Amino acid sequence: MDFFIQLFTDPVAFWNSHTLLIAQIGINSILASSMFVVLYSGQLSLAAPGFMAIGAYTSLLMDLHWHTPLALNIAAGLLVAGVVGVFVGLPVLRLRGVFLAIATIGFIEALRLGVILNLPITGEGLGLKNPNADPLGGINLVLGSLLVVLFLMWRLTKGRLGSAWAAIRQDELAALSQGINVAQYKMIAFVLSALLAGFAGGLEAHLNFFVDPGDQQYGVTRAVQILTFAVLGGSGNFLGPVVGALVVTSLPWVFQQAQAYINVVTGLFLIAVIVFRPQGIVGRGGLAIVKPWWWPRRNVSAPAPR
Amino acid sequence: MDQQILNAIFIGSIYALFAVGYTLVFGVLDILNLAHSAVFMLGAAITYSLVVNRGQSFWIACILGIAASAVMGLVIEHVCLRPLRRRKAPPIAALISTIGLALIIVAAVEQGQPGTFFSWLWVDGANSVAFPAGTIPNPTWHVGDLTLEASKVAIIPISIILMLVLGYVIRYTQVGRGLRAVAENPRAARLMGLDVDRMISLTLVISSALGGLAGILFGVALGDISPYIGRDNVEVRGLAVIVLGGMGSIPGAVVGGYLLGMIEVLALVVLGSNARGGVAFAALFLMLVLRPQGLFGAQLRERI
Repeated sequence: MDFFIQLFTDPVAFWNSHTLLIAQIGINSILASSMFVVLYSGQLSLAAPGFMAIGAYTSLLMDLHWHTPLALNIAAGLLVAGVVGVFVGLPVLRLRGVFLAIATIGFIEALRLGVILNLPITGEGLGLKNPNADPLGGINLVLGSLLVVLFLMWRLTKGRLGSAWAAIRQDELAALSQGINVAQYKMIAFVLSALLAGFAGGLEAHLNFFVDPGDQQYGVTRAVQILTFAVLGGSGNFLGPVVGALVVTSLPWVFQQAQAYINVVTGLFLIAVIVFRPQGIVGRGGLAIVKPWWWPRRNVSAPAPR
Repeated sequence: MDQQILNAIFIGSIYALFAVGYTLVFGVLDILNLAHSAVFMLGAAITYSLVVNRGQSFWIACILGIAASAVMGLVIEHVCLRPLRRRKAPPIAALISTIGLALIIVAAVEQGQPGTFFSWLWVDGANSVAFPAGTIPNPTWHVGDLTLEASKVAIIPISIILMLVLGYVIRYTQVGRGLRAVAENPRAARLMGLDVDRMISLTLVISSALGGLAGILFGVALGDISPYIGRDNVEVRGLAVIVLGGMGSIPGAVVGGYLLGMIEVLALVVLGSNARGGVAFAALFLMLVLRPQGLFGAQLRERI
């Protein structure tokens, strides 16, 4: 409760004491948008943490070795993630549903366990220090870019591209028969998602003094977390994933009293939300309530036979 | 090298046993049950607590551990899956609810310390523990260069017998016919007078009991029981196994389990311990790209 009391009575103090949380919500919202793009085009891709890792390591290594400016580093990380996205997308986008999800899990774990943990330049699993990190000052950059990303998502989903994605999501065969180039539009969504994830990775590396190649950071745990943002928030609308990121990221602060039992509370919360709003927090319709079998029913007489 | 091959077979048996439960649920429901790795951990944790903290004999503890896992299967069905089926939610929603349950189970075990709310379940917090010597019967033989421990050798016949029994039940009995009917088409199965909900509950009970048993065997053979053994050791590898063998195929999961054990041990011997995980996932990626139906999969189904 303290969380909300402070938020509404003293927003300035709230901002000062929760800057890191707000920055993390911003990063997670960009990641959730990256997941939104692929889900909106009907693909269950969990590759985002892999592209994040590529964006983060590219921008950090450029900074450490060539001392290039921040904007250039993040742009380079984003581009490299996009290029890798093309090469990963070419073989895996033939897959659908759970198969695509597992193939992308294969990609992120092969990248993390096989490449990042073994290359000398990435610190061989010990992680990399980032002496130029700016945890507090970076927040303006994060929130500014989040606004740009949201505007982009809004325009894209309203436009020709968004309509094509929605058509592919609802019925791929029907979309194909209407002359929509399904393979091309899926590829655009996958690469756009890779670019956004690479961008978020670069930003996150800039906010932290240490880049750690752990499972929580660039592994399956992170992928599942990002999927949770998008599905819990509702993946039919570009605002849904952002709301999901906001809610899930701030849960530990909202339920501060739970302390060590925070994961129990988070788990209960996830189940309750998904059971009563399977379409997500942002989405059409009200609460999904099904009367239990012992609930008294009104007598409905059967229609008379004709 | 011989010892390494033996290790590959031991760990492969555990992967296979775990993945059979995973693939059974996927075959019947087309849903990935992400709480399965938490059930794996729970089986091991409960058995350990009963033996070490309550002083029960190992065999009674095993039976209770498997029973608790089976009950957990019912919990998964009634809390995470059935409410979503009633509301006609998309299959992806079940991913989130099972993740939620997995979070709760792991957090409950991890918070189990003397004097806390969950101390009846587990008292070692986030630590990794092993059965103390003498609490489990574990004779050891030496054959040539090989060291054979009963706890490890026993895994192989247990897994093979259980998987044969399961295969027989599914192929030749009335219950198995019902399960296959539900997997093929739930609506038609209901129209034929099958109690679909009961069949699905049964699937989860069998699957979770196998998962819990795999956890117990893992804890006994590798001497590593902690709240994180499911997440760290089998969650993603289980996915790799069922893909290697073909989603929903039980013989596929068995062969996939042994195959993954072999791939990992080969990578360990040839490339060193750092590459072990990376090679397994690279194999998973290649398998999906080159032969998405897996080794034993007949056809691909197009659903999310």
